[in-house]
Amino acid sequence: MKVAVLKGGTSLERQVSLRSGARIAEALRKGGHEVIEFDVDQGLVRGLRDAQPDAAFIALHGRSGEDGTVQELLEIVGIPYTGCGVLSSIWTMDKAMTKLMLQRHGIPTPRFLSFSESAFKSHGASDALDQIDELLGFPVVVKPARQGSALGVNFAADASELPAAILSAFSYDDSLLIEQFVKGREIAVSVLDGEALPAVEAIVRSGNFFDFESRYEIGNTEYVCPAELEDSVANELAEIAVRTFELLGCHGFARVDFMLPDSGGPQVLEVNSIPGFTQTSLMPMAAEAAGISFEALAERLLASAHSR
Amino acid sequence: MHAKRSSKHEIERYAQLFAERSERVKTSAMRDMMSITDRPEVISLASGMPDTASFPKDLLESVFVDMARHHSAELLQYTPTEGILPVKQRIAEVMAAENVRADVDNILVTTGGQQAIDLITRVLIDPGDTIITEAPTYPGAVPSFLSFQAEAVQIDLDHEGMRIDLLERELERLEAEGIRPKFIYTVPTFQNPAGVTMSLERRKRLVEIAAERELLVIEDNPYGMLRYSGEPLPTLRELDGGNFVVYLGTFSKILAPGLRLGWIEAPSPVIEKCNIAKAAADLNSSGPAQFLIESYFEQADWRDWVKTASAIYKSRRDAMLAALERYFPPEASWTHPEGGLFIWATLPEAIDTTDLLTRALRSNVAFVPGAGAFLGSTPDPRGRNTMRLNFSGVPEEKITEGIRRIGEVIEEQLELWRTMTGEHRSVKLDAPSKDDPAGSSVSFLAGRKMKRRAG
Repeated sequence: MKVAVLKGGTSLERQVSLRSGARIAEALRKGGHEVIEFDVDQGLVRGLRDAQPDAAFIALHGRSGEDGTVQELLEIVGIPYTGCGVLSSIWTMDKAMTKLMLQRHGIPTPRFLSFSESAFKSHGASDALDQIDELLGFPVVVKPARQGSALGVNFAADASELPAAILSAFSYDDSLLIEQFVKGREIAVSVLDGEALPAVEAIVRSGNFFDFESRYEIGNTEYVCPAELEDSVANELAEIAVRTFELLGCHGFARVDFMLPDSGGPQVLEVNSIPGFTQTSLMPMAAEAAGISFEALAERLLASAHSR
Repeated sequence: MHAKRSSKHEIERYAQLFAERSERVKTSAMRDMMSITDRPEVISLASGMPDTASFPKDLLESVFVDMARHHSAELLQYTPTEGILPVKQRIAEVMAAENVRADVDNILVTTGGQQAIDLITRVLIDPGDTIITEAPTYPGAVPSFLSFQAEAVQIDLDHEGMRIDLLERELERLEAEGIRPKFIYTVPTFQNPAGVTMSLERRKRLVEIAAERELLVIEDNPYGMLRYSGEPLPTLRELDGGNFVVYLGTFSKILAPGLRLGWIEAPSPVIEKCNIAKAAADLNSSGPAQFLIESYFEQADWRDWVKTASAIYKSRRDAMLAALERYFPPEASWTHPEGGLFIWATLPEAIDTTDLLTRALRSNVAFVPGAGAFLGSTPDPRGRNTMRLNFSGVPEEKITEGIRRIGEVIEEQLELWRTMTGEHRSVKLDAPSKDDPAGSSVSFLAGRKMKRRAG
């Protein structure tokens, strides 16, 4: 099959995407496919029209790759593509939107409030900040609504730390969420073709949480896969992950990130419609634990382009 | 599906193989971010690039022809580890222009100034050894320091360079703990990133301290020749006479960084060790690059290009200073370098410049956040609100536009901050409107000028 691997682009996660894309391209070539790699730029549509691939493998992360933009273009050009469609890309890219959907359907997720930058600029949102303690309770986590790799994510232990955290989050997106901080284990469950893969736990060796550096630095984070969990908890995680996948209309594959609190059931933090495929990424690890080699995984991810 | 056995992933196999020193040099969000600054539509005030586009092409052509014609067999061959003699003689000539009499036997040609830093650190530092640097320090030196597992103590600088009073206090504190630092690393002239120059008085005192305590001072002097105003000051090497100062030089700024040629000039025992380390690292610096130096120095007066480049950079520095005055908020301050390539700006504390960079990139402009120039335990809160601005690599009109865009995103951030905190401007001013930018009012300018001028 002639496959276009889309990677790079201009999002803040460009380097991560280049690594994901290169690894996927290599695996697909080994699988006998003819692979054309596109570092996504102005020439994308023209390049795709010229190349006429049978499918596009989207290995982009963050803005424009994961948020439905590229998916929309591929629909227009008429090239089948991997993973989530336009609408579910838009839903999953936006953490606030994802959580609203989860809440509405009774899937546990930490309590949160969302704000747009214009709410602060034009509608006096600052005056509502004194209610954060009452509504969520400190500490809280402030996150840009549409940004991956934990960029712009900050803790606020109390009200005095909120403005700096909010300012930081708004640097990455014009909307953000303030989420109740749930202390616990960080677990990711990847879903492939509607079925959950073994859970992966990320244990960070240094620092506070699973931030950008610990995500992509080999040796910084210890990964346990399958995560050491009671059967009942593992099953619950798998079941919630699949329900979340279906609820958000995902297609082919996605990764659902959880917090497993010291007491109480698992809480969904977010969904990644295009999880990383790098050496330190969680989905390839989970696949390996399920006996699926990286080459075989790449093949199955690619197949999602034609099963829509 | 849920096997009880917990298996460590493949990644862990490699993780166990890494040396401790490579664990200490981290990737960072910032480094990845910088990779999207080299798009053509981005005005990058982030690099430290000299202006190679203005270099006379005819001259370069004839230099290439000459070296190919006269040295083809030699330049294709291995060369001595310490560098070819004609280049060492040219280096002595360049150092003489700054009043230093260097013996060619004390000179080692390196692959860029970067290798000079790496070699001297490799030769002097055992894991856990203490070194002293400026705060902020040259970020490019940090990976070398970290990979050789040096413990860095940083001394604040002001508009007269490293605070020698703080240095003395720190040396005493260390001494009380039984710690003797191996070296003091400094860029005394037109410092990278801060743009400041160490005063004569402090230079003298620093050299005295080095002699009294028998410490080495590593004087990194890539920019000394690029002076646009003010009077030249003696190098530490000149003041010291070659006892406790190791001098690092480079052809990157007086000719071209593409050559990757620099040098170390040091007392004999030190240079001998560096020579051995260099042999292990890369055997010898590029032959073609060295013979190019020889041909270039024969065909042209090397000072001509330094003069041409300096004139270009002076005009760009002035453009940047004027733009800062016009477009940066009154709460900001910045350095006024007399030479070199960089201006260091300090913003109100509310602003984190790493976050600001992502906003700036949306406006297609880039700078270097200052945090990387501080070495404290992560995250080091110092420098969070600082940035390095380069003025050598971009023409005047782009500098002005770039600074205007950065000023705009700073203003956006500040406005948001004020709505959240209820803080007001520390200086009572009429807010400049977008159509009538600040600077059009005389009283406004005067008020602002009094406020800033931090070092």
